[in-house]
Amino acid sequence: MSTILEMRSITKEFPGVKALSDVSLTVEQGEIHAICGENGAGKSTLMKVLSGVYPHGTYDGEIVFDGATAEFGSISDSEQRGIVIIHQELALVPYLSVAENIFLGNEMRGRFGLIDWNDANHRAATLMERVGLRENPTTPIGQLGVGKQQLIEIAKALSKEVRLLILDEPTAALNDTDSEHLLELLRALRDQGITCIIISHKLNEIEEIADRTTIIRDGQTIETIDMTEESATQDRIIRGMVGRDLEHRYPERESVPGEEVLRVENWNVDHPTQAGRQIIYDASFHVRAGEVIGIAGLMGAGRTELAMSLFGRSYGRNIRGKIYKDGKEIQVRTVAEAIEHHIAYATEDRKQYGLNLIDDVRHNISAAGLRQLAPGGWINGNEELRIAEEYRTSMNVKTPNVLVDVGTLSGGNQQKVVLSKWLYTDPDVLILDEPTRGIDVGAKYEIYTIINKMVAAGKAVVVISSELPELLGICDRVYALAFGRMTGELPVADATQERLMELMTLERDQPLPTNGTAS
Amino acid sequence: MNAIASVRDALTRNMRQSGILIAFVAIVVLFAALHPSFLSPTNLTNLILQYSYILILAIGMVMIIIAGQIDLSVGSVVALTGAVSAVVVVREGMPWWAGVLAALVVGLLVGIWQGFWVAYVGIPGFIVTLAGMLLFRGLTFLVLDNRSLSPFGGTYYEVANGFLNGLLGGYGFDVFTLVIFGIAVVGYGVSQWRSRQGKVAYQQSVESLPLFALKILVVAAVVMWFGYQLASSRGLPVVLIILAVLIIAYTLVTQKSVFGRHIYAVGGNRHAAELSGVAVRKINFWIFVNMGFLASIAGVVFSSRMNSAQPGAGNMFELDAIAACFIGGASTTGGVGRVGGAMIGGLIMAVMSNGMQLMGVPQSMQQVIKGLVLLLAVAFDIWNKKRASVAR
Repeated sequence: MSTILEMRSITKEFPGVKALSDVSLTVEQGEIHAICGENGAGKSTLMKVLSGVYPHGTYDGEIVFDGATAEFGSISDSEQRGIVIIHQELALVPYLSVAENIFLGNEMRGRFGLIDWNDANHRAATLMERVGLRENPTTPIGQLGVGKQQLIEIAKALSKEVRLLILDEPTAALNDTDSEHLLELLRALRDQGITCIIISHKLNEIEEIADRTTIIRDGQTIETIDMTEESATQDRIIRGMVGRDLEHRYPERESVPGEEVLRVENWNVDHPTQAGRQIIYDASFHVRAGEVIGIAGLMGAGRTELAMSLFGRSYGRNIRGKIYKDGKEIQVRTVAEAIEHHIAYATEDRKQYGLNLIDDVRHNISAAGLRQLAPGGWINGNEELRIAEEYRTSMNVKTPNVLVDVGTLSGGNQQKVVLSKWLYTDPDVLILDEPTRGIDVGAKYEIYTIINKMVAAGKAVVVISSELPELLGICDRVYALAFGRMTGELPVADATQERLMELMTLERDQPLPTNGTAS
Repeated sequence: MNAIASVRDALTRNMRQSGILIAFVAIVVLFAALHPSFLSPTNLTNLILQYSYILILAIGMVMIIIAGQIDLSVGSVVALTGAVSAVVVVREGMPWWAGVLAALVVGLLVGIWQGFWVAYVGIPGFIVTLAGMLLFRGLTFLVLDNRSLSPFGGTYYEVANGFLNGLLGGYGFDVFTLVIFGIAVVGYGVSQWRSRQGKVAYQQSVESLPLFALKILVVAAVVMWFGYQLASSRGLPVVLIILAVLIIAYTLVTQKSVFGRHIYAVGGNRHAAELSGVAVRKINFWIFVNMGFLASIAGVVFSSRMNSAQPGAGNMFELDAIAACFIGGASTTGGVGRVGGAMIGGLIMAVMSNGMQLMGVPQSMQQVIKGLVLLLAVAFDIWNKKRASVAR
């Protein structure tokens, strides 16, 4: 095996921050090399240095690609040499066809500088075959699922004669089948001699696919692990990433449930635009003070829809059912009413639905509880700043001060801002939708600790998650939701991933199991 | 050393705002150097009288732009409200206040109309107000019967052309004007001091005392000099009082009130605002009602200034108002902007027009230069944003 890429003592500084300090990375020809690290560890910065987003001269150190020193001034320089990066947010144009997207920016011009579309479509079809896709090259990209779009991105890279393919969190938005397919494809590409760097938070995946793994922490390389070794375990990777032993991935908590705080009965919700299509069928659940319940469900089971329809009818129409708070029936017609009843909902999609990314941490924290700061309609700015600073300290939000735009923070810190925002509304019930999605192991632990603190303060917490180990690790009881129907409820002591998965896949025409379903 | 560092810190933190302020000062200095009478009392007075209505429009416009909308109809609304007022005062011979009242009512109705379509039907403000631009222009022609109506005369005329003068006597300059400016400066100083004390009480960092005093002194000197110029001309223009009250009131509303914060929240991320309990539709509705209200004030001021109502009045005012907002640092995608910024943006346009007129620059060149300034201001803004995001 020969070395295709060597990055030597890369140091990259931003005003006031050293993002990378003396980082070295060696990638062998034809391997799949994983890069692990917490958010903000410097993975993306390193890849931006490699691909020329940060041009030569703005960093210290040396890059040797294919035996020659590389001094990239821009992305097109690095692409010229066969380095292609596929970002987490796909860079496809939804209304253009598959072929148009594949050759976008790289159009092959024929006579008179015009594009020969027959030729382009034909080439696109050939490229798609290489990634195992059978689609019409003239189909608009927007009509394909995320999984297929990801494959199109790879086809696009192949069209550029890629030698080193960099994938940033390629499976973050994919379901299990699509992820499996993608990993299969990466193996096939490796066998064709294409080298691959993959950045991922999914340790299972890395264990499965990577030949070697480099761990980065706080802008420094910790170690490169040969994944064929016996000692190359997930625990070792985690240890390297967080710099300490995570003996328990979930913090301990004593469970002392109190009075029932929220009860939902026979909740039914229809699709907001498609008439007659029901999304939630007769869902019922309850949660007590000082208790964490989980709602487990697969993609499309209606988890988020259930939560948002409860939270001031933010989703769906023709909503029927009853909500009881502290034993009394309440009406929750708007988000404002929900907040008044001390119900909070932290969304699964921070960037789209949770935060105003172009505003600062301070204003985001106060956004939902603004009335408390403004008894007469006028905001007490000093008090607002004090509150924001208080949450910054207590939630350990890593930012120099609270006047920084939220959009510049890492995912874990953004999530802490979202939680601060809802804690400031003084909720009795917190519905947390995928509270640890897209954040790294260390920050996950912090979020769990925060949840425990909320529970200790007597709040009731509902956690929606697609990660079953997480639910089993932090909940007292877990409900299973399948195809819009609550198919069971298990105390965590009786719950296993297998039993939950069984309940989560029960289709609507199948009878509910008689045991294991209380209430 | 420390003071310099903190000045630099304050400047970089507010690069957007301070960049535009520096540009404004530079333009003023440039014209003062090029043309001696630019800073003369008479010209400064004229400047205010000529551009006050654009500034009034820009106050409402910046709020709409922060919310991520746009209003193209304000020029037509200025014409319509002025026309209604003229019908009441000139044609029907009713008192001046009846005309003002009628204009305000029409402005509010226009705002309710447009707010309804934007907020409750969900049509983008661009479309609704493009329709409104035609609609209200047409109504203006109908109301005026295709003719202009004049003169208003009397008290109505005084709204835009009157001065508070001689109330306390004069010695070559108007004492009353200076007293008012003095009160304003003291008020400014006191409010700054109280805000500083509040920050100290909350243990926030504040600029050092000498620097604070220097800042107050500079502002006080500039304001008092300006007041003296006015006092040695015709005294305190009525319209300046209207403008000052509006600017102070709307700065407070946008920066300090829940309503104002919600406007930023809606413009920054509509979905997140909705899920934080912000009544997005209500916000959208009220910013358009407010725009209608301010457009009617501008309509009164403009018709008074012209001493007549014309069917073609207020043509292209919307573009001046929008340009003022963008030059003043508002973002085309919403969520960012300030009343103060829009005012400076409007003043840059005003000073440039006025200065170029003084120097006899032909109308055609004036348009070219104003167009370039708008382009450069937004380019600067984008460059600034890019720089900030690379620094991440």
